[in-house]
Amino acid sequence: MSAQPYPFSAIVGQTEMKQAMVLTAIDPSIGGVLVFGDRGTGKSTAVRALAALLPKINVVSGCPYNSETVADCPVPETVKGNRTIQVPTPVIDLPLGVTEDRVVGALDIEKALTQGKKDFEPGLLARAHRGYLYIDEVNLLEDHIVDLLLDVAVSGENVVERDGLSIRHAARFVLVGSGNPEEGELRPQLLDRFGLSVEVASPTDIAHRVEVIKRRDAYETNPKPFMKRWRAEDTKLRNRILAARDLLGGVATPDSALEECAKLCVALGSDGLRGELTLLKAARALAAFQGDAEITRSHIRDIAPSSLRHRLRRDPLDEAGSTARVHRVINEVLV
Amino acid sequence: MTERAAEWETATAALTLLAIDPAGLGGIWLRAKADAPRDRLIAAVGPAMAPRPLARLHPNVSDDQLFGGLDLTQTLDLGRTVLTSGLLGREPSVLMLSMAERCPAPLAARLGQSLDGGQGHSLLALDESDDDEMLPPALQDRLAFHLDLNGLSHRNTSEIILDHDSIEIARIAYAKLEISADLVAQAVETAFLFGVVSTRAVLFAIRAARALAALQRNASVTEAHLAQAMALVIAPRAIRVPDLSDAPAPQESASPEGQPENQTTQTGIPEDIVLQAVAAALPKNVLQDLKTGAAKATTTGSSGAGAKKRSNRRGKPKPSIRGRLGGAARLDLIATLRRAAPWQKIRAGAPYAPDRTIHIRAEDLCLKRFEEKSDRLLIFAVDASGSAALARMAEAKGAVELLLAEAYARRDQVALIAFRGTDAELLLPPTRSLVQTKRRLSALPGGGGTPLATGLEAAFLLALSTKSKGMTPTIALLTDGRANIALDGSANRGEAQRDASKIARLIREKQTPALVIDTGTRPQAALKDLAHDLGAPYLPLPRANAHGVSQAIEAVLE
Repeated sequence: MSAQPYPFSAIVGQTEMKQAMVLTAIDPSIGGVLVFGDRGTGKSTAVRALAALLPKINVVSGCPYNSETVADCPVPETVKGNRTIQVPTPVIDLPLGVTEDRVVGALDIEKALTQGKKDFEPGLLARAHRGYLYIDEVNLLEDHIVDLLLDVAVSGENVVERDGLSIRHAARFVLVGSGNPEEGELRPQLLDRFGLSVEVASPTDIAHRVEVIKRRDAYETNPKPFMKRWRAEDTKLRNRILAARDLLGGVATPDSALEECAKLCVALGSDGLRGELTLLKAARALAAFQGDAEITRSHIRDIAPSSLRHRLRRDPLDEAGSTARVHRVINEVLV
Repeated sequence: MTERAAEWETATAALTLLAIDPAGLGGIWLRAKADAPRDRLIAAVGPAMAPRPLARLHPNVSDDQLFGGLDLTQTLDLGRTVLTSGLLGREPSVLMLSMAERCPAPLAARLGQSLDGGQGHSLLALDESDDDEMLPPALQDRLAFHLDLNGLSHRNTSEIILDHDSIEIARIAYAKLEISADLVAQAVETAFLFGVVSTRAVLFAIRAARALAALQRNASVTEAHLAQAMALVIAPRAIRVPDLSDAPAPQESASPEGQPENQTTQTGIPEDIVLQAVAAALPKNVLQDLKTGAAKATTTGSSGAGAKKRSNRRGKPKPSIRGRLGGAARLDLIATLRRAAPWQKIRAGAPYAPDRTIHIRAEDLCLKRFEEKSDRLLIFAVDASGSAALARMAEAKGAVELLLAEAYARRDQVALIAFRGTDAELLLPPTRSLVQTKRRLSALPGGGGTPLATGLEAAFLLALSTKSKGMTPTIALLTDGRANIALDGSANRGEAQRDASKIARLIREKQTPALVIDTGTRPQAALKDLAHDLGAPYLPLPRANAHGVSQAIEAVLE
């Protein structure tokens, strides 16, 4: 096996998932991505690949919180000198059954016992700062942990008040959750907090499947030429993402676009205003990615299923599923 | 006899291939009782996988043991951090997970990650289950070979003697082997025909084919290799049997006229060899199941850990206990210090005592404990229609009160839904208050049509929402079964029945336990059918005394 992750551009198909991930890379404030679908469809491959695709970030050497400058570091005394180093965008795996202590951080028991010191041991949230936090089987994770994660993901700050410690540090990350809906569902309140949601399915087209297997096989048996072939594609994509980040602030938002977003959400009966906000942000990021100067109807149309699918009221008797409902309403509203 | 021996051959072949590419093929899911055949196979694993070490795991293995952690005794003695190395952190090894059917989801996720992670581990999952528990699907998917040795006995098996030199040579030759694009396409298509959608399975089959070719010292992978590999990897995963009846047809039509390589021969015949090989290797009972239409199509989320216990409360703290740190345990610092306090003088005065202000030893450590409870919820869906009211409304109420008393004794929560006219009403959201329930119940008016489907739907929705809050809902339906109002509110007897059974099946699908109590004067056949749809016990009230009802409900709840 090769140490390098599978290249992002070499992932066959799964356009919606790839699009959603690229958009969060352009504008992390869209919120997390929820990927629901069958096993073995490249969910975790895509997350790891995306992180490898993104440019490296500058961090203060020795800072456990991935701070950009010494001034940002909540524990400046631990940092020796103010050398910054370049590290790849972090992707932190959150295993199921993880305890609250490991996620938010807790009293450093080792130090407390051996040196009698009251020190904070940063958790996974600190390590995921400025990167991605990936939860496989998010639907099986305990609810209180998911609550906690989403709170921090939205506020961008981790506040710890426990074991006589009082610490706050920045924790801005993109939450990526994946799961298989057959094994359990997420509470609607939690679903709503994810920015985008995509459904992936195993491709049913044979040619498509053959291509998946071929590439994967080439990646594993003969990684060097394979990586070389796809690195150019990855670089292209990276440049597009970087260009889109610059463009993002300049994308105009016409009133008509706002109105269309609102109309869609009303027609779908989604609760709250998160739907509109996410839809707008995602459409803006998409416009920037495509190099357009303003949000148009086609951007909204493209991104609406991902942004709204998980915000509908659930109807257990509707066998068609929410994707079909969203598409139906899009076709009715955005004629 | 011969058939049994074939299974043993399969097992031997799987082990040989795994020995050639331990990391790439993931491992073996071995379903067998702890019996002689299994022991024979396990005995062969060590030598086959050499020089990889064998590490044994059990379902309750802690994170410290897996990933390494703090060696507390040493750390406390020496006053500096001493770490232990975990099983997964060491060199590539063969992990042997015993009692794999009890493997909890978190462990499965961790093992899955380490199998994916390219550290080169492989896993041998020993599954002793009958049908109710199984290795978590996430792990099943990551193991190339699924073997079932149940039904084999000692005399059907023989000692496994592997040719270690060939394996050694094959390990070297393995990486250089080419596989043609046509064969890859064929593998994908065949897997798809058998309903195997996971791309991992196809990759495993291709790797296995390559390993076979390497073992037989061929320069490239041939169709025969692929056929054998597919039979090993794909057949046990099949959830669908392709229609083989029309497959031989092109074979015959192609041979006489000698048409040079037309479309049918190109795609039809080569496929057949692989296809037939897989079909021949399908487990017999699977074939039977599939043909009768009782397909196992989607695996339900039974992960082997029993019903998932999720608490809606974080639990009240219990007295802390002495124990080892690690995994999910949290240290109770105060209790630890308190326990260490009386010994301070003695410990400080002991010879070779380290120079410290506080002396804490591993045996002082206290862990926090919480008591978590998953509440049970009994949802009463009570028919308050005219027909029911006329018949035995009072008795039905009596039955509910009886059940309420039971629920109270068990500290279960109860909710009450009444349906009449055209809609259902949640009279009482989940509560523990018995008084309130009784009051609402006695004030329950009767009259109107019987919207059975609507009532069931309301109960179902409530069950769904409470399930996600960590409760374990059970639906108790009390009705006389004369459904006459459909879901859309129209008075149509046939439609009403159909709607009701549709929702009943939905409830069953979501694995919500239920109980049907027939309150009619005469037991209704339709209601019995509905109970069947629900997968619930059916209890006609005329014959059920108070004792019977409470026993029935106890049986459903347990």
